[in-house]
Amino acid sequence: MKAASMTARRQNLVSCHNCHLLCDAPVPVGKQQVACCPRCGTTLHSRKPNSLMRTWALVFAAVILYLPANLLPITITRAIGITQSDTIISGVIYFLHSGMVPIALVIFIASVFVPLMKLLILIYLLISVQRRSRRRLVDRTRLYRLTELVGRWSMVDVYVVTILVALVKLGAVARVDAGPATPYFAGVVIITMFAAESFDPRLIWDVMEDDE
Amino acid sequence: MSELMACHECDLLTRLPELPPGGRAHCPRCGCLLQRDRPNSIEKTLALSFAGLVLFIVAVSFPFLAMKAGGFEQHSNLLTGVWLLLEQKMVLLAMVVLLTCVLFPLAGILGLLYVLLPLHFGRRLPRAEVVFRLVSHLQPWSMMEVFMLGILVSLVKLGHLAEVIPGISLWAFAVLIFVLAAQTAVLDHHQVWERLEALR
Ligand SMILES: [Zn+2]
Repeated sequence: MKAASMTARRQNLVSCHNCHLLCDAPVPVGKQQVACCPRCGTTLHSRKPNSLMRTWALVFAAVILYLPANLLPITITRAIGITQSDTIISGVIYFLHSGMVPIALVIFIASVFVPLMKLLILIYLLISVQRRSRRRLVDRTRLYRLTELVGRWSMVDVYVVTILVALVKLGAVARVDAGPATPYFAGVVIITMFAAESFDPRLIWDVMEDDE
Repeated sequence: MSELMACHECDLLTRLPELPPGGRAHCPRCGCLLQRDRPNSIEKTLALSFAGLVLFIVAVSFPFLAMKAGGFEQHSNLLTGVWLLLEQKMVLLAMVVLLTCVLFPLAGILGLLYVLLPLHFGRRLPRAEVVFRLVSHLQPWSMMEVFMLGILVSLVKLGHLAEVIPGISLWAFAVLIFVLAAQTAVLDHHQVWERLEALR
């Protein structure tokens, strides 16, 4: 037997999502598979259920939230009678102009680039799995691993806003409020994290078994 | 007899080799890390969890940052931002910050202590499996290190407006991040599950 075909599913085994114990595949009862890992109690699935549909739905929701998150103001600053609204991008531009390039880069990468790349990568993975692509299986698995790792760093700006709100309340002199983009922004981060979690990378490799 | 394991990223069945000290086993097909030799994992994780708990208590009970400008002084602690967001009626946002920077990391530390302390003495408390499962699920949602980056960005942002003075809590918080990172690195889930199973 070729190495490619020696998968748990082929051998009628299921690896527990949580503790990775190899279990016998549950016998389908009606349409539903009902079995729990004997060691940790997680429901057993050979593949995450409805992985593609759920990931598509979450990616779609994140794309929609991504627009208000970047277009609406993320902070509203009031100082000596002047009110100033800043979006993520206007913040980046401000830092570029004032010569703080590293900070501009951190904000741009974490808040604009990472979520966008993550969504594009997930869309690419979803389409390539649905088209039963056999190309670059290892690279695609690596891309998936990357989306799992970097997503949480996009939360940086939500925290920056929280800290600014807490610190800048100098009597009546100055005040920072969280802008309407902030909840959308947190939403994008959380939903893309769920999206990466609901994608099952084993789907990338399943095409190898179907070949034989 | 070495153990049979399925790669959780590509489902390939592999026999895990006996790992040399500090060795790692990767999936031969997709390269995913399958297992790593972590000697004394439970004891090390326990020590780091205790250290984490102490630092945590310091981080929430002392002043975090203070800002000084034009005769005014504004103090804050770790939770000031959360309360002010609540005042602004941003309840959801306040919850997100509270959960990811305070409650989830704390739950992770306490959960590990609940599971690992008895395990060290060869015992198992009720529902230890459920607690350990929750701890693994919470792990990606605990974002203290991201919060730290947020603090650095804010400091630069405010640097030209006012003088920002770090408090004891901020230092405790910074050390806590390293302790939690070390804890994640030494924790061997596989070993914990095996010990829990043996104690049933
Ligand atoms: Zn693999």
